[in-house]
Amino acid sequence: MEGSVGYDNDLNLRATELRLGLPGTEPVSIVRSNKRSLQQVADDDCGVNGCKSDDQNETAPPPPKAQIVGWPPIRSYRKNNIQTKKNESEGGGIYVKVSMDGAPYLRKIDLKIYSGYPELLQAIENMLKFTIGEYSEREGYKGSDYAPTYEDKDGDWMLVGDVPWEMFITSCKRLRIMKGSEARGLGCGV
Amino acid sequence: MQKKMAYSFPDEVLEQVFSFIQSDKDRNAVSLVCKSWDEIERWCRRKVFIGNCYAVSPRMVIRRFPEVRSIKLKGKPHFADFNLVPDGWGGYVLPWIAEMAGAYPWLEEIRLKRMVVTDESLELIAKSFKNFKVLVLFSCEGFSTDGLAAIAASCKNLRELDLRESEVDDLSGHWLAHFPETCTSLVSLNISCLRSDEVSFSALERLVGRCPNLRSLRLNRAVTLDKIANILRRAPQLVDFGTGYYAAELQPDVFSNLAGAFSSCKELKSLSGFWDVVPAYLPALYSICPRLTSLNLSYATIQSPDLIKLVSHCPRLQRLLVLDYVEDSGLEELASSCKDLQELRVFPSDPFGAEPNVSLTEQGLVAVSLGCPKLRSVLYFCRRMSNAALVTIAQNRPNLTRFRLCIIEPKTPDYLTLEPLDVGFGAIVEHCKDLRRLSLSGLLTDHVFEYIGTYGKKLEMLSVAFAGDSDLGLHHVLSGCESLRKLEIRDCPFGDKALLANAAKLETMRSLWMSSCAVSFGACKLLGQKMPKLNVEVIDETEPPDSRPESCPVDKLYIYRSVAGPRFDMPPFVWTMDEAVRILH
Repeated sequence: MEGSVGYDNDLNLRATELRLGLPGTEPVSIVRSNKRSLQQVADDDCGVNGCKSDDQNETAPPPPKAQIVGWPPIRSYRKNNIQTKKNESEGGGIYVKVSMDGAPYLRKIDLKIYSGYPELLQAIENMLKFTIGEYSEREGYKGSDYAPTYEDKDGDWMLVGDVPWEMFITSCKRLRIMKGSEARGLGCGV
Repeated sequence: MQKKMAYSFPDEVLEQVFSFIQSDKDRNAVSLVCKSWDEIERWCRRKVFIGNCYAVSPRMVIRRFPEVRSIKLKGKPHFADFNLVPDGWGGYVLPWIAEMAGAYPWLEEIRLKRMVVTDESLELIAKSFKNFKVLVLFSCEGFSTDGLAAIAASCKNLRELDLRESEVDDLSGHWLAHFPETCTSLVSLNISCLRSDEVSFSALERLVGRCPNLRSLRLNRAVTLDKIANILRRAPQLVDFGTGYYAAELQPDVFSNLAGAFSSCKELKSLSGFWDVVPAYLPALYSICPRLTSLNLSYATIQSPDLIKLVSHCPRLQRLLVLDYVEDSGLEELASSCKDLQELRVFPSDPFGAEPNVSLTEQGLVAVSLGCPKLRSVLYFCRRMSNAALVTIAQNRPNLTRFRLCIIEPKTPDYLTLEPLDVGFGAIVEHCKDLRRLSLSGLLTDHVFEYIGTYGKKLEMLSVAFAGDSDLGLHHVLSGCESLRKLEIRDCPFGDKALLANAAKLETMRSLWMSSCAVSFGACKLLGQKMPKLNVEVIDETEPPDSRPESCPVDKLYIYRSVAGPRFDMPPFVWTMDEAVRILH
């Protein structure tokens, strides 16, 4: 398409250039919007284009790479799939964090070593020194102030025991032992 | 004398002739011949494809084509796939369904891509179209299994229900039971995207068993390996099958049952699914491998040796989707075994890891380009590339029509010379004269765009990220690529000059997306003012663009041609640059 403005090989833009800075200042060599999603990308640019890096960066070790929004260009469902797999394949065990409301620090357990819910819950009870109630599909855990819950790969908080064991260990990202009224709310027909 | 005969040609005859013309382009050409042809043609057009649902209004479509039976609509821009388009942006199908419910009572087919579909829309479809046959929801969202239940229950002649890659609120597997016992018409059922681990398996089995014309069945993860044999035995006529979980403890009787079930499917040509694969179960597929033309293993975390073994049994393979676990060695095997290969997609198993976790490099792609003479379409994620490799690929495979390369780290140079990859991609566009789609990555200067503008004459879609030095790059593309329909750009230093100079070009394209570039708000307003046939939309989730100086760059910009004028369903973070609407605000 022929535009109304002719261009030679070299667009002589200097004269009419729109600049981001105040008149009289040097134009920035990297143009980016105010809401650039990633600081790190700009820092990498500095390596290629040779602009000055922050004083701070010269002494500190390189910060870990933050993720760029939408890069690499992979659909979310693929990313989720990979995440689940990573959790499973790390060291052959399925290590998940266990937190308990009121406890000062978290524990970690390997779900692979248990063959089912009774064993798992027994182990958690022993580890954290408390008792979980009786499980029923309708009413969740009765007879205790605690309810074992887990975050699944969709990010939802679920009651431990509702799904088949195999499905549980592949979808569980971490465990949380809920206490008190929050715990009583779960499984009571909610 | 002869002129008179042409004018008295009966309409019915012309209609009959036109009915043999199926392609949209040809139909459009027919309608331009003369007024009477336009009139006849529009009354007998049965299929309409609308590449951008905001380019035209439902009413306009209905007015021009009163007897449509099949409609295909696309909504959100492609970069929505990578979370660059905020939720609530638009692409709602309900207004279309609502209008068509009244105007097209005999509508049979609805195909949607990247649109927001609600249960209300699905219920309206179920209620309004008595002869409804085909529903394809490709990468759609906004609906639940309740909506699907309505479709299942009401559509007595349903042939296709395909939910590929959609996000569905999976409330329960019981929706399948809503297919009445009298429903025997299913030809294609794709529920692979349903994420819940429940499915009403007995309902599924019965449904499959009573549909003798079922050709394509794609299950979801809820269906365990032991159930596959039962399903396959009920549908030995399947041509395309998607497994659920393909993992279980190895048990000889389960294995032989499965192998037997697969071997009874004499027509089976295409396989997919394979979440969680236990390699020991792969040999159950060997009996059908010689017939396989399409294999999607892109969820299967199986290692190269197992992949090599499987692929070497599939000499007729035309299409392979796989994770980079295949490695260069696996691709070399592919190149020697699969001479019919037309399409290859290699996805990254660890896209966010800093270091490569597998031995997959540019060598694998070079090997396939050399060994597979029919290779046309490539999507390849890798961590290093060289100009030499790209030149070799281009020279080996001038018949490429789609080339999408994603080097995972932005701005990665040629790993051998540390130069930009301009020359390599330049060779691709120069040699592959029929190239229609191209995605760039790696370190690229304005030069690559010069090549693209010079040689990419058939290029219809171009995706650019972290590339270029100046407006010259964008100018080359907009002024040189004659067939360009879709251009999507992110994180490039392209600003106002090239855009404004090539404003007229934008009316010949479907759409332009630019995010994290350097286009100023002032330029957007100017474009909106000067080009009434374009919708210029600025997306900014943090603050209105006019709360900053005009010279400030906008965050995201989406420009598309439209005869419907600015849209009125924009969320608060989308601003139209249409002068009239803007001033009213």
